[in-house]
Amino acid sequence: SMARLVRLTPQADRVKEAYFTRNRIAEENRQRENSAAVRIQSWIRGCRARAYLSHIHRKATIIQKTWRGFKAREHFRQRVKAAYFLMKMNFYNKMAVKIQQRWRGYYVRKYVHNYYARKRYLEALTQKNEQMRRELEELAEHQRQERQRVAMEREEQEKYVRAQRLHFLLSTKQCPGVFNSPFRPEPDEMELRLRRVKPVRTMSAPKESWPVNPQPSSYLHDKERLPPIHKTPQGPFRPAVEVQQQRYRPLEPSLRVATSITALEEAREELRRQEWRTRLIDHPFLPFSKTPDKKYEPLLHAASPYQQTEYGTKHFREEDRSQLEKKKPFRRVFTTCHVFDKFGRLYSSAGKSV
Amino acid sequence: MSQRQVLQVFEQYQKARTQFVQTVAELATRPQNVETLQNAGVMSLLRPLLLDTVPTIQQTAALALGRLANYNDDLAEAVVKADILPQLVYSLAEQNRFYKKAAAFVLRAVAKHSAELAQAVVDCGALDALVISLEEFDPGVKEAAAWALGYIARHNGQLAQAVVDSGAVPLLVLCIQEPEIAVKRIAASTLSDIAKHSPELAQTVVDTGAIAHLAQMTLNPDAKLKVRETAFHVMSLGQISKHSVDLAEMVVEAEIFPAVLASLKDPDEYVRKNVTTLMREITKHTPELSQMIVNAGGVAAVIDYLGDSRGNVRLPGIMMLGYVAAHSENLAMAVVVSKGVPQLAICLVEEPEDHIKAATAWAFGQIGRHTPEHARAVAAANVLPKLLNLYLDTQSSEDLQVKAKKALKSVLQKCTYLPALEPLLYEAPSNILKHVICQFSKVLPHDSKARRLFVTSGGLKKVQEIKAEPGSALQEYINAINNCYPEEIVRYYSPGYSEALLERVESYQPA
Repeated sequence: SMARLVRLTPQADRVKEAYFTRNRIAEENRQRENSAAVRIQSWIRGCRARAYLSHIHRKATIIQKTWRGFKAREHFRQRVKAAYFLMKMNFYNKMAVKIQQRWRGYYVRKYVHNYYARKRYLEALTQKNEQMRRELEELAEHQRQERQRVAMEREEQEKYVRAQRLHFLLSTKQCPGVFNSPFRPEPDEMELRLRRVKPVRTMSAPKESWPVNPQPSSYLHDKERLPPIHKTPQGPFRPAVEVQQQRYRPLEPSLRVATSITALEEAREELRRQEWRTRLIDHPFLPFSKTPDKKYEPLLHAASPYQQTEYGTKHFREEDRSQLEKKKPFRRVFTTCHVFDKFGRLYSSAGKSV
Repeated sequence: MSQRQVLQVFEQYQKARTQFVQTVAELATRPQNVETLQNAGVMSLLRPLLLDTVPTIQQTAALALGRLANYNDDLAEAVVKADILPQLVYSLAEQNRFYKKAAAFVLRAVAKHSAELAQAVVDCGALDALVISLEEFDPGVKEAAAWALGYIARHNGQLAQAVVDSGAVPLLVLCIQEPEIAVKRIAASTLSDIAKHSPELAQTVVDTGAIAHLAQMTLNPDAKLKVRETAFHVMSLGQISKHSVDLAEMVVEAEIFPAVLASLKDPDEYVRKNVTTLMREITKHTPELSQMIVNAGGVAAVIDYLGDSRGNVRLPGIMMLGYVAAHSENLAMAVVVSKGVPQLAICLVEEPEDHIKAATAWAFGQIGRHTPEHARAVAAANVLPKLLNLYLDTQSSEDLQVKAKKALKSVLQKCTYLPALEPLLYEAPSNILKHVICQFSKVLPHDSKARRLFVTSGGLKKVQEIKAEPGSALQEYINAINNCYPEEIVRYYSPGYSEALLERVESYQPA
């Protein structure tokens, strides 16, 4: 330091001169150097800015590139989806069209215009028509034959009746009849009919038949043929019919049994009904002749000055109670008397008049 | 004078009255005596005898009056004017059954002639009395009362309505169920007279359940039943189903098909005609009903019936086939398959009456209008020339001409059977020709054999000769046909070609 000072102090002038020379040189080159420095600085700044810009650009490009890629892939994915969807839909549509074609064809052919069903229907209809025609023909034929038969039968019956009425025109050995002329090769149809005819019978009175047998009719068949009881006949028997009739003789109730318990009331009703039915004249028949007016004469023992006695007009019963108590009550129902039950029904004919 | 002598005078008078009235009744049965009787003033003499004390004289007097009134309408009017009707109506309610029968006979004889007389009968209050006598036990009285009601209701709808209002219809339906044939018959004919006027009346008849009994009647004809009886039943069924679809369906539900088809072979033609009328009325309404009848084989039966019958009775059969074919082409095909077309062609030729021909033409139109198959079936039976003749014939009626033209048009519009169309080329007037050429122009472009046949049969020549206005439809069709052929052929067949050729020969200068 002190050394440095000693060394440096002679150089002070040199230093001052060098200072001023340096300042002059610096001042002369200041503008040039300044502008050069500015140029350099600006260029450096430019480079820096450019480097920064390009850096920014690169980064922005990267960002934009990434973003665009992202967006484009998204879009692409959408389009792929859409295209896939469209493809599927087209495929489905085509398949649906195929299905619908088949279905429509089937449906129309089956339900709307079924050719084979129609054909079958028309064939069946033809057959049915044939059948109907045949049946109607048969029916007509049958009816016609029926009518013919009936007419013929009626004719036959008429001819028979006519022959019956003209039975006396039959030819005899001596005298040929009207219908049996000797000039004919063979007798007329009427002649043959007359020969065959049976004369008209008048109806005789119907015989009295035995009262109706309540047994079933199979017994009627066995009336004549009873089964043999012994191999050898035992003796002269009564005819089988009579025996059968005796064996199966119906019930013959007595009059009392056959009469119903309300017979009296029924008879009264019947009488009343008959009267009601048949009586036409409400006003009774008045006789022509006039009877002389008979004066009414009341009963002596019923007459009293004050009023009509009841005994003799309203009742006729005994009024003495003591007498009555001894007596038994009036009998209304009696036992039957079988006097005439067996009348006409015994085996012997004693007592039956001719 | 003693009592007995006095009584004898009265007895003589009574005998004289009885004899008079019986003789008059007998004389009134012969028409030649009626004039004389009328001039002798028999009306005024018979009238007090109606009030006689002896019932026999009353009845015979009423019978005589009835026979006289039956004869002609002047006498019937005289009966009305002489105020006999109120007396008759009054005694209808009171007297015994012989008198009731005779009184109902008189009412019937009066009401039968005209609507005014029937109205006069109704105005006397006869309807109530007649309805009361419908409830009687005696079948003769019922028959006479039902007949009188039938004649009253026959004339017009108002009278029929009056009969219905008096409550006759349920009693008539009861009468149908009676065992006696005559009562059944008359009750059925009365119901048909009532039902025929309008749908409401038919509905009233149906509401009382008449259809079931009527159907039963038609299904069981005993051998003893008279044939006309069935005819009346069927007629009344036909009258009922004329009016509406519901009634027709109800008639069909009574299950009369297919048994009623058996009546188509009945010997009485009246019955057959009424069965076909019934079927026509039923098929008229809906396709389903027609289908049912077709399935039962009804079409074949009707076609056979057409073959067996002649004259006016064919008309309902023809109309039935037309109605069946009109509903749908299935049914028309059914008619064709059942050999209906040849039979109808025979009918068209045989029948002289115009209205039957018109109906046949209409039926053909209905059959042929559906598809080319049907038109071919119609054309193959050689029907089209006949239809054309009917249309062109000046003597046929308006109706026939119109129907023939319509039928021709509707068949031609579908006909592709060219051999049948060719004869029509020559005779048809222009309005028909248009359709014929139209069909040719549709078929020829596609069928070469047909083209050849058309040329060889001379059809092309005829087509060239037709004059048509340019621009009309006919010209277009002719052009369409001409386009099917090469030009030389067309020129060869055009009229005047030979002259043109000859002129060319003349003007040719040999080199």
